[in-house]
Amino acid sequence: MGEVRLRGFGWRHAGRRAWAVRGLDLEIRHGERVLLLGPSGAGKSTLLAALAGLLPEDSGESEGAIEIDGLDPRKARERVGIVFQDPQTQLVMARSGDDVAFGLENRGVPAGEIWPRVSDVLDRVGFPYPVNRSTAALSGGEAQRLALAGVLALRPGLLLLDEPTANLDPAGAGLIRDAVARTADPSTTLIIVEHRVAEALPLVDRVVVLEPGGGVRADGTPELIFAAYGDKLAGEGVWVPGFSTPPVKATSKPADDLVRVMRAEVTNRLPPVSLSAAAGEVVAVTGPNGAGKSTLALLLGGLLAPTSGRVEAFGDRRPPHRWRAATLTGRIGSVFQNPEHQFVTGRVADELALGPRRLGRTPEQIRRTVDDLLDRLRLTRLAEANPYTLSGGEARRLSVATALATAPRLLVLDEPTFGQDRRTWRELVELLAGLRDDGHGVVAVTHDDAFVRTLADRTVPLGEPAPDPLPRRSRP
Amino acid sequence: MSLSVEPIADPAAPLARRNPVAKLGAALLFTLPLILSVDPFTPSAALVVELLVLPFFGIRMRLLARRLAPLLLAAGGILVTMVLFAGERTGATVASLGPFDVTTGVLATAGALVLRIFAIALPGIVVFATTDPTDLADALVQNAKAPARFAIGALAAFRLVPLLGQEWRALTLARRARGVDAGRNPLAKLRLFASTAFALLVGALRRGVRLAVAMDARGFDAGVPRTHARVQHFTAPDAVLLAAALLTGLAILTATMLLGFFNPIIG
Repeated sequence: MGEVRLRGFGWRHAGRRAWAVRGLDLEIRHGERVLLLGPSGAGKSTLLAALAGLLPEDSGESEGAIEIDGLDPRKARERVGIVFQDPQTQLVMARSGDDVAFGLENRGVPAGEIWPRVSDVLDRVGFPYPVNRSTAALSGGEAQRLALAGVLALRPGLLLLDEPTANLDPAGAGLIRDAVARTADPSTTLIIVEHRVAEALPLVDRVVVLEPGGGVRADGTPELIFAAYGDKLAGEGVWVPGFSTPPVKATSKPADDLVRVMRAEVTNRLPPVSLSAAAGEVVAVTGPNGAGKSTLALLLGGLLAPTSGRVEAFGDRRPPHRWRAATLTGRIGSVFQNPEHQFVTGRVADELALGPRRLGRTPEQIRRTVDDLLDRLRLTRLAEANPYTLSGGEARRLSVATALATAPRLLVLDEPTFGQDRRTWRELVELLAGLRDDGHGVVAVTHDDAFVRTLADRTVPLGEPAPDPLPRRSRP
Repeated sequence: MSLSVEPIADPAAPLARRNPVAKLGAALLFTLPLILSVDPFTPSAALVVELLVLPFFGIRMRLLARRLAPLLLAAGGILVTMVLFAGERTGATVASLGPFDVTTGVLATAGALVLRIFAIALPGIVVFATTDPTDLADALVQNAKAPARFAIGALAAFRLVPLLGQEWRALTLARRARGVDAGRNPLAKLRLFASTAFALLVGALRRGVRLAVAMDARGFDAGVPRTHARVQHFTAPDAVLLAAALLTGLAILTATMLLGFFNPIIG
């Protein structure tokens, strides 16, 4: 069970000129554990969708052959389980146990067998709560564990993981890797797509690298692949273990304070905190989930009023949350965790022109700003594209560019490097370092240790969150 | 903006724990006959019955009052509309507001309409407040033979509703950060609202598609007969509840006719 065979396989989505994958020859034997690598756009996710039987025949054009245990994947659906990136769009039911039972009901498992299997699989993935725990009350890592349990309950012969930790903080990602390792089972074939290679390596015994133009570039044990192709993969944005970036710290002393937070507090979201950020420095705000980091970013960005305490910025008598939006955007730029929240228009170029237009810049100035930012962030090719159709890395670069368009002196970023490949990551670090050296102040809320080590001139750790008031699942 | 979808009642109360399909059916059967007549007696009698039955649903009054708040708004709207636009202004004049005479006749008609809204809406509000959405979907599939594709699909979509509230807040803040605000201009406010709502809709659709794919990947479209992990029973007391609701509704209507208050909605 769980044998995969591809012969000259290719898939082109309807309405696209380029093939998403092409010319793939690959055999994966029963019980193998494979890490699927390749630069963005090499077709990794398309291949997983094809294997999961989720590409309907009328949704594109295929060539060659793709088989699971000798069957068309669309007819072998009950042999395959797939876990996607976003836990929120994989959970179906309001209660955790019901969610695991959902797949079992669909497959017609007799009612009497359902609950023993639910409880068994929740134990196997290390789910710490009772079955009636609300799925809305789970953290990202816990929700993703539950999604994994829902898939494992169906006992797939082939398990596909499509960047299962990309939307999670390091603690949540650890939960998932731990759960995958615990549930490893010689009867299940495993295929993982994952940017963060170092963390995924302990789970696999084989690495397959896809070539962006089509075909397989390399195939073998992790040691062999990284010895032979490590440099090239790292250059293409894959997080190859052992490649680090030299630190880029400030070379001159920070100048005047741009913003000062004085014992500001937001009820139930942020305990009292004091903090300042000056021109010419990068301040990293770190801390566990629930410590109020994102709330602090909103305070600094003038988007939220503190319940008590004060926020002062740019020598203005009024606190930032009382400023008009146009004033705010000329002084403080905010970059949100989810880039899509930030997009207001239907074209990449309009997105960049919006801020300067609000500030009453001339058409000539606006054109120059837009062209300059498109060029600096490698978005020129996409100027006419709809922001919602961009890839993760492109959307992130655009969201940063929109905040830069009004040339604010203070930039506040919430998890800017979340889920990014190595190439976008490095570009972001270099861009922010350049802004700082030009006299901008940068505050970044982040979980990313490498980002802090490489760029931050100062770190402000926030405290532990309040303990979880609900009882833990008791285990026999 | 936060949306609460949790039940607000004691789940062990004698009527709250009846089968969800029975409760929903009872609410419909009870209110349908009441719609036929426009008069103050029918809704008043219905409200009396509803208030007498209410304690058996174990609902917490403060929370119920909060759910009824939108109805008060509707009631206010009716009062204003009637004062401004009522055709017949019979009865004694109570007050004169400029060109509008507020007469006892106007107030009586407005009062009847307000009573009607409360009498018809209350059963539905109470049923949804005392019913867990999962139980309702299960009962619709198992007892009312609704297609699972519809009932479970709607339930999954329902789970995403509270996320819309968070999403709305994030979108609003992001717009301010981008330099977009309406200030005091009502037209700009409307445009901003429309564009934010559109972004919310686009986001919801994308999320819905992803959820649908994940559901099908777990066999939702497998085509084999589904089994049920949670069993919903439709028992004799549930049938009694349905019958009692229908009979009470008809009894009120009959009383209306016998007492000569009947005023058909058509004709």
